[in-house]
Amino acid sequence: MRDTQIQVDGLYKIFGKDPISVMPLIEQGKTKDEILAETGHTVGLLDINLQIQKGETFVIMGLSGSGKSTLIRHFNRLIDPSVGQILVEGTDVMQLGKKELQEFRRHKMSMVFQRFGLMPHWSVVDNVAYGLKVQGIDKTERRAKAQEWLNTVGLGGYEEQYPSQLSGGQQQRVGLARALCTDAEILLMDEAFSALDPLIRSEMQDQLIELQEKLHKTIIFITHDLDEALRLGDRIAILKDGMLVQVGPPVEILLSPADDYVEAFVKDVNRARALTVDNVMKPPAYRVTAETIGGALKQMKNSTGDYGYYFNKDGYQGILLKETLESVPPTSLDDQLNAENWQVLPGISPDALLEEVIPDTLATEYPLPVIDDKGGLKGELSRDCLADVLGGKSRSV
Amino acid sequence: MFDAKFPSMDRADLLAIRKGLDSGYREFSRAYGDMIETFFDPLLSFLIWFEQLLLDAPWWLVLTILVGIVYGATRSWKLSVGVFLSFLWVGYFGMWENTMRTMSIITVCTVISIALGIPIGILMARSDRVQMVVTPLLDVMQTMPAFVYLIPVVMLLGIGKIPGVIAVVIYAIPPVIRLTNLGIRLVDKEVLEAGDAYGASSVQRLVGIQLPLSMPTIMAGINQTIMMALSMVVIASMIGVKGLGQPVLKSITNQYFTMGLLNGLAIVALAIVFDRASQAYAKRAQRHMGGLENA
Repeated sequence: MRDTQIQVDGLYKIFGKDPISVMPLIEQGKTKDEILAETGHTVGLLDINLQIQKGETFVIMGLSGSGKSTLIRHFNRLIDPSVGQILVEGTDVMQLGKKELQEFRRHKMSMVFQRFGLMPHWSVVDNVAYGLKVQGIDKTERRAKAQEWLNTVGLGGYEEQYPSQLSGGQQQRVGLARALCTDAEILLMDEAFSALDPLIRSEMQDQLIELQEKLHKTIIFITHDLDEALRLGDRIAILKDGMLVQVGPPVEILLSPADDYVEAFVKDVNRARALTVDNVMKPPAYRVTAETIGGALKQMKNSTGDYGYYFNKDGYQGILLKETLESVPPTSLDDQLNAENWQVLPGISPDALLEEVIPDTLATEYPLPVIDDKGGLKGELSRDCLADVLGGKSRSV
Repeated sequence: MFDAKFPSMDRADLLAIRKGLDSGYREFSRAYGDMIETFFDPLLSFLIWFEQLLLDAPWWLVLTILVGIVYGATRSWKLSVGVFLSFLWVGYFGMWENTMRTMSIITVCTVISIALGIPIGILMARSDRVQMVVTPLLDVMQTMPAFVYLIPVVMLLGIGKIPGVIAVVIYAIPPVIRLTNLGIRLVDKEVLEAGDAYGASSVQRLVGIQLPLSMPTIMAGINQTIMMALSMVVIASMIGVKGLGQPVLKSITNQYFTMGLLNGLAIVALAIVFDRASQAYAKRAQRHMGGLENA
């Protein structure tokens, strides 16, 4: 189990003149609208409890007005909570004084903004070096480091350009490089890719995933796009009207939505692109390793199905059908199994997206074997099962 | 039973108020006038020194330096040639010395206005309360006829350069204060947030982000301040500020139309030179700031 890096306990944020005075009303269970009508206070966040693990990509998803941007700004205290506690590596962020908070922001967290938040009056390399400049690191050193990160995000050669000379995607790469340049362990990304067009957005997602494989930062990523959330997130939290509706890994959100709200969200997701074979396959399929026809029949006797997947010393070979084997004359039961006895049937990888295996699955009436890269049989995927999942039925695992 | 006359204060009471205030102020100026004058002494010596410097230097040197500054700031040949020609014209019509005097006082007034105005503007931008107090003051300064605040200044300091400078600064400082305040308040929130998120201190925020990003607006304020200072030249001449204003004043009293026109045109020429040069400089300094919108 990884360590908890950020812990949020009982966090409330109420906007208005006297937030604390509204707390009793919230405890009475009044709704957001009632509170607004009675007191003129807007409830931004309601009883948020979260644990974010070190090194995970934690996606907070919600529609506009759900409070997700408010929530992310609590982690580095750009917004102060009305009630509640935020612990980062055990330190209560609320207890930090002005100077300590500055130090905390300089070294612990960095942030990427929706509309980039670059300094238009500085060159790209100076923008990337901004965090280091604030820390008081001298110019040659910070520029050298900024240069490295610029190269990493693929913007080498653009150092002396100004942000206004770059495209949106390039500007956000600068924003990302700036965030990485301070070596902060926690990366806050506030709708970082939402302002980009779809193609660039998906490129940036790939880049982020690739970087994360090397860097293992703790990333808190805000988005309103469920596809993005499913693609990037190790875990996803769904926020609605300031409340957490569901927190869990992508598959859980997709296959067992907590309520109608999440379900409505999930409905539009392209499951074929979001789920892998691993997520939906049926567990143990029948494995045959006997060398002779008779041996194979004996092994398959215990199986409920009328088929088995044949493995010899070279690994997976194909599917053996009980019917075919039984039609063999009893005299040749001691014969070696040979290529005429089994049907060639492609195996699929557990990591493959459903999308990739649709053609193979539909091409045969038998379930396809799921075989991992070590050659082991992990499960099987039938076309009925695939149809159920893609057809929108919840929970088939 | 309704009288047509407004039920105004008794004349005797009004007289008493006037007398009281006037004599109070007179006492104050008698008691502290010298002290206040001494306080302004360094400024006065600087004003005299600067004016003499411009007057004593050979005209071609002043002209070369001026055109050099304009070219250095704007990198525009067209503008530099324009400045060169207008000063030649001014000199040829015998107004060189007065122009130098006016230029010296305008420069000093502008520098004082900027030095006071930008910090006040920054304070206003940081606190709504300061803004609430300062804004009506600025309204008064801009709309109160200059003659009205000339009276106490002259009573206190007599006639001369310092009261002139004070009058000009009072009249000219509001734009730079207002626009500094506005400029800082309009700085893109997300850029500021980025500064905060990376742990910038409030000084780092001000110097690194707020001031540079509000510079276009502040420059517009400085530009307005220069223009307003120039427009005060004639009024300042009434309290003994030498320069292009004095011949204009003389022309009014003696009905010398041509003399008035020529000196008026010289003021206009100065105004255009200052305006174009400061605007071109501002534009050049902000050349990377475009495109914030097409991000």
